[in-house]
Order: sequence, then structure tokens, then C-alpha cells
Amino acid sequence: MVLAHFLGGTVCFGRKMQAGFHNCSPAPSTLSPAGGYRAATARQRPGSSRESMGTARTAGSSRAPPQGAPEDGGGGDSPPWAGARRPRSAGSPGRALSDPPNLSNLEEFPPVGSVPPGPAGTKPSRRINPTPVSEERSLSKPKTCFTSPPISCVPSSQPSALDTSPWGLGLPPGCRSLQEERAMLRKERSKQLQQSPTPTCPTPESGLLLPSRTGSLTVEPADPARVSSRQRLEVVALVYSSCIAENLVPNLFLELFFVLQLLTARRMVAAKDNDLEPSQGTLDSLESPLFQSIHDCVFFAVQVLEHQFQILSYLDKGTLKLLAENERLLCFSPALQGRLRAAYEGSIAKVSLTMPPSAQAVSFQPETDNRANFSSDRAFHTFKKQRDVFYEVLREWEDHHEEPGWDFEKGLGSRIRAMMSQLSAACSHSHFVRLFQKQLLQMYQSPGGAGGPVLGEASDVLNMLGADKLGRLRRLQERLAAPPSSGGPCPPPTFPGYQGFFKDFILSASSFQFNQHLMDSLSLKIQELNGLPLPQHEPADEDGESDVDWQGERRQFAMVLLSLRLLAKFLGFVAFLPYRGPEPPQSRELQDSIVALRSQVPPVLDVRTLLQRGLQAQRAVLTVPWLVEFLSFADYIVPLLDYYRSIFTLLLHLYRSLVLSREGEGEMCFLNKLLLLAVLGWLFQIPTVPEDFFFLEECQVDALEVDTATSERGLDSVPVVDQQLLYTCCPYIGELRKLLASWVSGSSGRSGGFVRKITPTTTTSLGAQLPPSGHGLQAQLAQAFFHNQPPSLRRTVEFVAERIGSNCVKHIKATLVADLVHQAESLIQEQRMTQSQEVGDPAQLLEILCSQLCPHGAQALTQGREFCQRKSPGAVRALLPEETPAAVLSSAENIAVGLATEKACAWLSANITALIRREVKAAVSRILRGQGPEPAARGERRGCSRACEHHAPLPSHLISEIKDVLSLAVGPRDPDEGVSPEHLEQLLGQLHQMLQCRQFLCPPAEQYLAKCSVELASLLVADQIPILGPCASHRLERGEARRLLLMLLSLWKDDFQGPVPLQLLLSPRNVGLLADTRPREWDLLLFLLRELVEKGLMDRMEIETCLGSLHEALWPEDFSEELETLTRLFLAELHLPEPQQRACELVQPSRGTVLAQS
Amino acid sequence: MILTKAQYDEIAQCLVSVPPTRQSLRKLKQRFPSQSQATLLSIFSQEYQKHIKRTHSKHHTSEAIESYYQRYLNGVVKNGAAPVLLELANEVEYAPSLMARIILERFLQEHDETPPSKSVINSMLRDPSQIPDGVLANQVYQCIVNDCCYGPLVDCIKHAIGHEHEVLLRDLLLEKNLSFLDEDQLRAKGYDKTPDFILQVPVVMLCLLAVEGHIIHWIESKASFGDECSHHAYLHDQFWSYWNRFGPGLVIYWYGFIQELDCNRERGILLAACFPTDIITLCHSTA
Repeated sequence: MVLAHFLGGTVCFGRKMQAGFHNCSPAPSTLSPAGGYRAATARQRPGSSRESMGTARTAGSSRAPPQGAPEDGGGGDSPPWAGARRPRSAGSPGRALSDPPNLSNLEEFPPVGSVPPGPAGTKPSRRINPTPVSEERSLSKPKTCFTSPPISCVPSSQPSALDTSPWGLGLPPGCRSLQEERAMLRKERSKQLQQSPTPTCPTPESGLLLPSRTGSLTVEPADPARVSSRQRLEVVALVYSSCIAENLVPNLFLELFFVLQLLTARRMVAAKDNDLEPSQGTLDSLESPLFQSIHDCVFFAVQVLEHQFQILSYLDKGTLKLLAENERLLCFSPALQGRLRAAYEGSIAKVSLTMPPSAQAVSFQPETDNRANFSSDRAFHTFKKQRDVFYEVLREWEDHHEEPGWDFEKGLGSRIRAMMSQLSAACSHSHFVRLFQKQLLQMYQSPGGAGGPVLGEASDVLNMLGADKLGRLRRLQERLAAPPSSGGPCPPPTFPGYQGFFKDFILSASSFQFNQHLMDSLSLKIQELNGLPLPQHEPADEDGESDVDWQGERRQFAMVLLSLRLLAKFLGFVAFLPYRGPEPPQSRELQDSIVALRSQVPPVLDVRTLLQRGLQAQRAVLTVPWLVEFLSFADYIVPLLDYYRSIFTLLLHLYRSLVLSREGEGEMCFLNKLLLLAVLGWLFQIPTVPEDFFFLEECQVDALEVDTATSERGLDSVPVVDQQLLYTCCPYIGELRKLLASWVSGSSGRSGGFVRKITPTTTTSLGAQLPPSGHGLQAQLAQAFFHNQPPSLRRTVEFVAERIGSNCVKHIKATLVADLVHQAESLIQEQRMTQSQEVGDPAQLLEILCSQLCPHGAQALTQGREFCQRKSPGAVRALLPEETPAAVLSSAENIAVGLATEKACAWLSANITALIRREVKAAVSRILRGQGPEPAARGERRGCSRACEHHAPLPSHLISEIKDVLSLAVGPRDPDEGVSPEHLEQLLGQLHQMLQCRQFLCPPAEQYLAKCSVELASLLVADQIPILGPCASHRLERGEARRLLLMLLSLWKDDFQGPVPLQLLLSPRNVGLLADTRPREWDLLLFLLRELVEKGLMDRMEIETCLGSLHEALWPEDFSEELETLTRLFLAELHLPEPQQRACELVQPSRGTVLAQS
Repeated sequence: MILTKAQYDEIAQCLVSVPPTRQSLRKLKQRFPSQSQATLLSIFSQEYQKHIKRTHSKHHTSEAIESYYQRYLNGVVKNGAAPVLLELANEVEYAPSLMARIILERFLQEHDETPPSKSVINSMLRDPSQIPDGVLANQVYQCIVNDCCYGPLVDCIKHAIGHEHEVLLRDLLLEKNLSFLDEDQLRAKGYDKTPDFILQVPVVMLCLLAVEGHIIHWIESKASFGDECSHHAYLHDQFWSYWNRFGPGLVIYWYGFIQELDCNRERGILLAACFPTDIITLCHSTA
């Protein structure tokens, strides 16, 4: 009974502390750490619904409400799960109101000190009821009675009012006072509800006094000599510790937290006023309260800590240090302090802190992401866009989500929904979900994912600053930022850091399709990871399995576990999302109908089977933590459903069975147990889990006994959990340290302290290692072979097989298939030749080609086999230890070859034809589009000699220079503008260099350069280029002009590799340029034409045709005549034996004489 | 050539309503002798393009087209050899090449009755000899060779510059022994977004005055000046998409950029005006 009270109320205790110890009231301390926290935490749950729940729970949740309370009478038979509310009969006394004042009443006893308690402090919600411990029941059900409320039937024979139980306190006052307190609480709560129905921020409950900032008060020092009733406290501490040790408390860490609260409790006393010590006479009275002074509290706490030393020694180094340095502890038990110090010094449990890297995107993998993976071009391009939108949204969230007033839905909601409708239209949800899930895992596996910036490591800061400065620093921190507290020792499920983005994304998307795909994908991944054949710890060999391997295995376990927890959390969130309601159904009928409705809905993932299998295979340490995450999002109805109820029962049974002190062969490792106790304890505090479940559920051990008598040692007995993982999974354990740190800092409250964010450090990707499927005896033999080999051997072989198999497919693609594609290409080319460019219907062509080529695909299997045979053994050999016995090695090699071949051939035989077809189809359409063969196959045309250093001017520069010359020639221009002959010569020289080098040349540039050079030639012929220099005429010397033309001719002949549009020289427009010059000069044109013929750049017929067509244009009459003459002249030369000579003669005479001569 | 926003604004200020001619460029070079010509030209070109985008629609109303065409006809009737079209473009502050296109389109419409196809027009602009009217051909040609911001010649130059810098970058990568996949290879593999180069092994780029380096997975070459407008467009269409698929990377604006735009370093988009000198590669222990 006392214990029950005792376990019942930090809050009330705290309040009493505030009230001071002036009055020695017989009122029992109704301590409820759970309740206290529950109140605070319930308030912080996401969604306002929970708040009202929390309060409703408190008000109505009394399992022992005052007699005749209306809510009790009505129900009659309460639902078995929801807890039997039954009239309290155990020793309900008829004590009148002449009692001492109720210290718990805030109105009567306002707190000492200037700082009023936070409102949440007075709102215990999950209150553990005082349990009258009857002798009968304590005998019959010794394991559950201490912390449980009475179970359904009340023992008819009540113990006498005057309790003689060893707990020291008389029952009657306790009960009465409890009732009073409940009534008071209810009143209090309703008052507060009216005042502030929705508290905006979680207020840490103030179980402890805030330090007084007025100078006259000091913290009362605790003194072992002034403990009021040692013996009694010792006994209570023993019993309490036993309850903790036997897992009879719903949450182990909550109790520890409470004990540390006691250790660090403060009571303010006026400096002079110390005379209120209760007189020794009353101390031993059973009627007196358990804790009469701060000394009692500390004494009790230290007693309990001594009993719980084993757990303490497994806490992280920082907490151990704070404990070891606690002066109260030293003062009350130097021995314990010594052990703690030793534990601290021996501890390597440093929970490390890693710097967060920036978020990384999921990389694009052609194997899964390219066009071949989509049903249509449209789907492919839609997904391409949505991927970018997703990251855009993510970046925007990163930038803004911490800004006040920014709202996810307002900022991003419409974009997300637009994205969803795009995806729905293109049926690309599965692709997007894969991206979403990968990104989620990736962000959380990267250390930065856990949340924002990190302030620092408590113990280190303590070391640096010393205690006094720490207080100041802490206050500064309080002013700078909202407390980064994780919300007390029992916080509600939250979505810290990036998880918040994903949660809000799901909510804003509100897409049924998306949610369904997401659940499918999450479920699959969970099963995959949960079934991962995690290596079991190998008994150390002679040389001992190296530390590196062991570290790696632990890391792998942590990574898998954290990923599972994350996935399960989101699965729970999405799966129970449609059912989330503000509060449980009000009436029994409503509830029954909902339960009936929900009972026939199959669970989203068969977690019960997974749990049972996990327990059977002794893999609870992997399965339970993620299951807890999943269940923490259950709605109120879930625990009432048979399916889930049985899960809860299993979990409870597991919880009870995890007795930490039990060690030995086949037992779970200590830290593994501690992790399970922590997560389960946390789960039991979630408001949707019926509060009385823990106490009511009859653990029919036999029925639920899982057969764990398997031959192999399971994961549970392998020390896979370390402190890092424990604190990562259960950051709330860190509250212990915060509490201790805040004691050091001279301030109280759990909002403070230094929060060390613990983040996962594993970042490697998760590779699914599904055991390969084998058949028959050989497969069995292979399995047997691995059985007695180190697991690393199996991993190696499977890995090699997987990779070689995959490489084999790639190799076949690159060789056999590529060859076939080449054949297809040449077949098409042949056909083009024979059928004069006409290829015919592409579809028909493809069919013909495929029918010819696909049979060759059969070679793939032989080649594939050969490849695996050739490649696998070497890889296995390289990866296994040198010392592997020859027989083992060769077996391993053979198995690897077999598995790789199996994998490769399975794929090839199923896909090779389709693959060839696809590639040939691509080749056909490429050729038909006139692209020619692939760039690689095109052969290197560009490229200069190896000695070239590519110093030639850039093509772009030359185009631009020539363009300038053209624009000057065409005008308009300023009178002083022009080009020098040297410049022109230099330009053509550079063009030559560049065309020789070709390093930077691309085909379009060459094309334009050719065209511009022809235009330049036309301008030269027409003498249209304004020349700078002494020559007053601004005209080019004819010799100079010829030299330039010869340079151009040489460029066209030798340097350009693409076609040069020489016929433009005789286009009406360019010839027309001559029309504007007076006197007209035809000699350069004639010279050019001859040279073209001479150099074989154009043949005479071609020129003749061009000249002929020139006559068709409209010209001034005189120009036509001159043109006619030119044509005749040019044609006449056709028959002359020595054109070269003739040309020389022609150019000899001075300007304007050519035509005259003719 | 990395400019501060203020420096950039000063240059941009001088470019308001300047026609895109040879002469304008010469003046600009005189005005900012300390800046590289290529940078100035790139900025000029981008500013001018912004101007054209803003005013594009007002030149394409049917009234405007009609009035331009009439003015052109009147002009060439008076003197076919005068730069009628070029002066018209400069007068109404429109790009000469684009003006040439408007008039050519209108001309063909009148003569062929059916509206000419885009490819026919483009082909005629590339080679004005194909234009049936000799006078118009000369006018169009004059516009094109005198326009330094628009037109087929300018497009070709821009394309060539882009290509040259990609080649340059490729050579630098080869020289540094960094293996990579180029755009063509990526496209062949079916990547949906393809930067110029993806490094097969990422490198760390050290930055001036910064202790830690930045990891680079891909490099994009941009042979232009990175101003706000173009950079934001590139971010949206290209750089973030690359980040979304390949992680952090480097953008080289060969003609410089506005310093203030290099603000996504931590996020994984780095800017540079040349190939980084301080690169750390993954070391292979040669045992």
C-alpha cells in the first residue's frame, strides 16, 4: 500500500516539498512519477486531441474514485481491457474532516518561494493508484500487487483498518487523503482547463522547487544525521527496489528518474529558520509520512540507488560522472560513490556526437531509374519532374520550417498535392514512394538527421566551466532558445528533425494512392530488414574474431535496428492515420460497434506473427524495438482488438520476464534487456495504451510461453546493443543526466540541462541480403556447408555470387548484344545500298532484323556460364582469408560459381530476347533518323597530331572576327573603320591553324566558317572590303587580293573537312556585289573560277550551270552583257592547253583591261 | 571575373537602350577597360536579351508589323542600298536580326499567300541568297552580320563557345586524371538529367579562405556570365536537378558570375570562374 502510494506521485510529493515540511501530516505521500510525467507528456502529444485525453484520463481515470462517484456506478461490468473500475473498498475509512490540512492542496498551501509551479505540475494524469495490500493477496499474487490496482474481484475479507503491514503507514489516512486529493485534482484540473484549454507549450511539471532568487533563502543541505526514520526508509527502499528489479513497475526509467528527483530535491529554507524539524518522538510513528525532510528523501534515494547499482553502471559515462560527483550521494554513501567512480573510470560508454553533414539526395541509378523502368515516356518524364519538385519542396522546408509563422500546409501543401495528382495521372506512385522511402532512410541514417544543432556535451561543458558558470550558461541558453528537452523521461512519439518533413508531407499530400503505396513499400522493407540474417556472435576463435569484424557487426545491427524503427514509426503513423481520433469512444455501445468494425480489417502488416517469430528465434532485441515504434501510433481502439491485444499481452509478458539481475547461459544480454525494458516502458505510458493494462492483464504465462528452446543461440544473447544505441533509441534516458546536470547548475526543472542529441552514426546503405534460393540436395549441402563456417564466409560467397551474376549480365550486354546491334546496323546499311536509300516500314524492318538476330541470344547462356566460371573463383579467393583450408576454399568457389550462374542465367534466359529487341529497335530508329551510328562508333574524325598543343585560336573567336569583317564590308560603318590587309592575312592564317588543330571545333562551327569564308571571298572579288592604310582608295591591292584568295582556296581544298558551299560564290546575291562597283572588275572572279577548277574544288560543268542560272536573274543591261562576256571567256578557256599560263596572262594587265582585251 | 552585385549593376546600368552593334561594344570596352571583353560581351548579351524579352510582344502586334513593313518598303524604294532595315531596328530598339525576321515573314506572306514555315524562314536567314528579293536579301544580311546578340551567326558563335569550353574542361579533367562520364555517355545510359560531366570518383574542392572543402560529384560548364536571371533559371532547370540525382557539384561560369549568387555552397552547388586549382582526390593506397 505504501509502496503503491509511494510509486504514485512525484507531483504530489513535489508539491509537498513546496509547501515545506512544516506540518507533519499523516497524509501519505502519494507519489506518482508516472502520473506526473504522464500529465506533462500527454500534453505534448501532437494533435490537440491528446490533450483532452490526458485530462479526461486524469479526472476519470481513478481506478479508485471516491465512493459513489457517478462514473463508477453506471458501467456495471466494465470492459475487461479498459480496466475494472471498482468501488474502492479496501480500508476506506470514515474519517471525518478533522484531519490535518491537506498539504497537497495548492490553494491552502501555496508553494514556498517566489516561483510558482508550472501548471502541468499539478496535472498528474497517469496516476498509479494506491493499492491496499492485503495479506491474502500479497501471498497469492505477490508479483503484481504492489504496483497494480486491485484486480477485478475484491477480497471479501478486508484487513483491519489499522494496517499492520510493514509499509509503515496506516491505510486509512492514506486512502482518505488520496480521495481528497483526487477530488482536489479534479477540481484543479477543470479550473485550469477553463483557463487555458490548450496550453501552447509543454510546461515541465515542477515536481521540484525552482531555486529562489531572493537572497534570503538557501537550499537546505541534506544531512545523513538528520534522517528521521532510517529503518523504515531502508525497508521501503528494499521493497521498492525489488519491485524495480522484478519489473513490477511499468517503466523502469521513470522510477529511476523519480529516485534522482528525490536525490536532487531542493527545499528552500530561510537562512536562520531551521527549527521546524519534526520532533524525534513522532518520527517512528507509522502514521507519519514517509518523507519528512529533505534528508529522508536523499537517504531513501541513495538507498535505492545502491540497490540499483547494476543498472546505473550501464548508463553512459556522462551520467555516471554526474552521479559520482554528486555531493549528496557522497555524503550519504561514500561506498556507493566509490563504486560509481570506479564504474565511471572503467566505462567506455561514451555516447558520441557526430557533426551533421548536409542532406544528401537519393542518387539516380540507371538500373532502376531510366526510361526502361517506366511504362511510358510520359510516366518517365512526369517522374523526372516530380523528383525535382520533391527536392525543391524539401529545400524550401529546410529553409523555412524554423521560421516563426511559417506553415507547412500553407507553404507547400498545394505544390505537394499538385505533385500527387501528377503522379496519379502517370501511375508513378510506386517510383515516387521508393524515392520517398529511400530519402527518409538516408536522411535518418546520416547523423544530421536526428535534429538541429547540438549544444554540447554536458560533462565536457561541466569540465570546462565548473559548476557556477554552468548555471549562468544555462540561463543564457534558456533565454536564447526554447529548451531542447525531449519532453521529460516519457515523451510522446514525435517526429524530430527531418522526420517532421516526411510526416507533414504525408499529411499535406493526403493522397490515398500515395499512402497505400507507402504502406506497401514500408511493410516490405520492414519484413526484409527484420528477416535479415544478422550474423550471430561467433564464439571467439583461438585468435579471436577480430575486433574490427565485431564492431562492424554491431554497427550493422544498429543500422538495421534504427532503420526498422524509422520505417515502423512511419508505417504506424500512416496505417493508423485514418483512425486517429481525439479521444476514445464515449459510450460502450459505440465502442463495441467500432471494435466489431475494426476487427474484420486485416492488419497492415502481420506484426503478431513477426513478433512471435522474433521471440521464438530469440531476436526480440531486433523485433520489439520497431514494433514498439509501430504500436506507439495506435489509436484508442487498437488495444481493444483481439489481434493487437494479444500482441500487447505478449509484450507485457516479455517485459516481466526481462529480469535484469538474471544472468547466465541463454539469457539475454544486459544492455539488450535494458533497451527492451526502456522501449516497452515507454510504450506502456502512451496514452492510447489503456493505463490499467499493465496492472490488469493477467499474465497467463503458460499460455503465452513462447517456445524459445531453440537449439541455436539467438541474437538476444549476443551483445549487440551498446550505450550509443540505447541512448539513440531512447533519448529520454538522457533525462536522467539532464536532471543531474541541472542539480549541478544550481537550477531545477527538466527543461534545462544540456541536451546531448544522440544521433545514429551509421550511414552505409542497406543491402538486402536475401538468401539465394537453391534447389535440391546440392542446396541443402551448401547450406550445411555454411553452417559450420564463419558467417563471413557465407556473406562473402553470397556477395561474390550476387556481384558476378550481375556483372555477367552487364558483360553480355556490352559484348554479345552490342555485337548484334552492330550486325543490325550493317544489315540496314546494306539494305539501304541495295534499295537506294529506301528502307521501308521501320516496324517491318525491325521484325526482319529480330528474327535474324534473336536466335543468337541463346549464346548468352553459354557465355554467361563461362563468365561466371571464370570470374567467381578469383573473387572468392581474394576476399577470404589466406589461411582458409583448400577444401573449404574450393567448395566456396564452386558454390559462388553456381549461385552466380544461377542468377545470371535466370535473368538472361528470361530477358535476353527482349533486350536484343530493345537495343536493335533503338539502333533502327537512330539510323532512320539519320543520326548514324553511335558517337563512339562514328570514329574519331577530329583530332590533331599528338604534338599539337592546341594553341590555335578558338573557332568562336574566328567566326566572330570574320563576322566583324563582314559587317564592316556590308556596312554601315564609320569613315575611319576598316581592316588592314595584314589583319585579313593573319585571320586566314589563324583559320588554317585552327582547322589543322580541330581540337575545339564542332561541326556547326566548321559549317559556318566555311560559309563565312565563301562570303569573304565574294567580298574580296567584288573589292568590297574597306581597307585601312596608306592607300587612299581604301581598296585592296590586286596582288594582295589574289594572295588572300589563294589562301582561301587552299583552306577550302586542304583544311575544311565538311562541305564548303562554293556555289554561293556564283549566287546572284554575291555576284551582284560586283554590280555596285565602278568600274566593274571581273578579273578576280575569273581568277577564282579558274583556280576552283584547277584545284578540283568545282568542276567546269558545275560552274557553267551556275553561270547559266545567273543569266536568269534581272540585271542592269550593261551588267548582263559583261556577265555574258565573262561566261564566254571562262568557257573558251576550257579548250586551252595551258590554263595556268592563260590565267597569268589574264591577271597581268592592269584593272579594267581584261574585258577590253577579250 | 567574379563581380560583386554592385559592380555588375554598374555595368548593367550602362547598357540600357544600347543597340547590339559593333560600335556599341567598342564603346563599352572603352568604358570598362579593366573587365575582360568576353565578360562584357556576355553581360551585354544577357542584358539585351532581357530587354528583348520584355519588349518582344509590342513588336509583334499586327499594327507594329504592318507599320514596320511599310517603313521598310518606303525606305528601299528611296534607296535600296541604304541600311533601311538596320536603322529601323535601331530606331525602335529591337534586335536587327529579329526585325529582319519580321519583315521577311511579312514579305513572304505577301508573295506566297500561305504563311511560310518556320524552317523556310530559318533557312533563308542562315543563307539570305535564298531570299527571292535581292534587295531584301541584302538588307537581311546586313542586319544579321551587324547584330551581335541575335541571329544565326551569333547563335553559332555561342554554340561554338559552349562547345569549346566543354572541350577545355574535358581536357583539364583528363590532364588531372579524373575519370568521368560525359553527357553523351550519360544519355546513352538513360539518365534523365545530364550534367556535362559526372566524376566517377568524387573529389574535394578546396576553397580560398575556407578550412573545409566541398565534395563535387559533377561539373557543369557554362560559357557565359552568371547573372541572377540566368543563374536562377539554371538552378531550377539544371543544377538542382543534378543535385537531386548526383549530389553536390560544381558550376564553372567561364565568364564570371555575381559573387552573391555563390550562396548554395553548403547545400551543394558551388560556383567558380575557372577550373579549380585545389582539388583533393581519393587516395588509393598502393600496397
